[in-house]
Amino acid sequence: MNGRYSRQELFAPIGTEGQAKLRNKHVLIIGAGALGTGSAEMLVRAGIGKISIADRDYVEWSNLQRQQLYTEEEAEQRTPKAIAAKKRLKAINSEVEIRCHVMDVSVEEMERLVENVDLILDASDNFDIRMIINDISQKHRIPWIYSACVGSYGISYTIIPGETPCLNCLLENVPMGGVTCDTVGIISPAVQMVISFQMSEALKILVEDSLHLRNKLVSFDLWKNHHSSINVDKIKKADCPSCGTDRSYPYLSFSKQTKTAVLCGRDTVQIRPSQPMERDLESLDKDLSRQQGKVLRNPYLLSFSTAEHRLVIFKDGRVLIHGTKSISEAKTLYHRYLG
Amino acid sequence: MKLTVNGDHVEVPNSVKTVAGLLVHFELHHKVVIVERNAEILEQAKHTETLIFDKDKIELVHFVGGG
Repeated sequence: MNGRYSRQELFAPIGTEGQAKLRNKHVLIIGAGALGTGSAEMLVRAGIGKISIADRDYVEWSNLQRQQLYTEEEAEQRTPKAIAAKKRLKAINSEVEIRCHVMDVSVEEMERLVENVDLILDASDNFDIRMIINDISQKHRIPWIYSACVGSYGISYTIIPGETPCLNCLLENVPMGGVTCDTVGIISPAVQMVISFQMSEALKILVEDSLHLRNKLVSFDLWKNHHSSINVDKIKKADCPSCGTDRSYPYLSFSKQTKTAVLCGRDTVQIRPSQPMERDLESLDKDLSRQQGKVLRNPYLLSFSTAEHRLVIFKDGRVLIHGTKSISEAKTLYHRYLG
Repeated sequence: MKLTVNGDHVEVPNSVKTVAGLLVHFELHHKVVIVERNAEILEQAKHTETLIFDKDKIELVHFVGGG
């Protein structure tokens, strides 16, 4: 005993009993970007038993402003985030079992990742994966915490299967498009605020103090000085396909997944959204024009070229990503620019 | 019309009559938004038919994807 958790044990709602519970818990973190690195560091310092982190990306210079586990050397080397995260987390607390997966998580991977997991933390950057997390959480009755941020704005909601509404109840449909950290930016206080909301709830779940859960959808804008906290219990739908009585877990089925295909011989990947949609090319033009790249638009499609890649975005939702044969890289670019 | 939106006192043009109109006014109509009007959560399907009145207290929470 070296007293490393003494200050946390002195905090009465956790105590030595809570600390012992924490030691036996396993948390899965989807994404090792700004939210994932922050949450992982807090959990590891707090003395969690085991964490698993999955991420498909590598470290880039633009990550260093807010993704707290990474270094210049890793950006230089383009080290996979999962590998870089593990190295730093191990150095912080060698008592914690850390599993890191360099992988593009979809349904199949998720089914394997959730084995013996007590809590799932959403640190992802898109709603395709969040809807999969949501269905998996309901199927295996594992709580999860939705969290996201962009600009100076953040939002979080804790989903407890069998008790709260699920993300599908709240959204009704997968939100399409919208601003992303790569189009309108992000400041780290917004990241840290979301992490604080997410981690306080995570600690309550892990030490089994469910009475103190917030039970509200929380959102804030640190630049505009807004805060909102609303009870959404009433939105729980008895006929929800994800958490209702006659549930089918639609996002675990093939038809609801975003489809990707490598176009042979063209150095191009096609991405088709999970549901029919019409893209607003005009507002996309406005968002992407602020980026380093060239935007060309006609009534049917918009083309956005960077130094290495070209994204061709069709009004019917499809996107062609030229300049890569890697589905994982294509998905990263897709979510980076299109949300 | 004077409203309280997310705790701030704001004035919106009288041409804004419904919750859906308010979302257009704040340029949130392309986003998924949870709306609470006078402490009452509204289903998304009700946004078009729900009227807003002077002194209403509105909370708007929109979903974002970044992380």
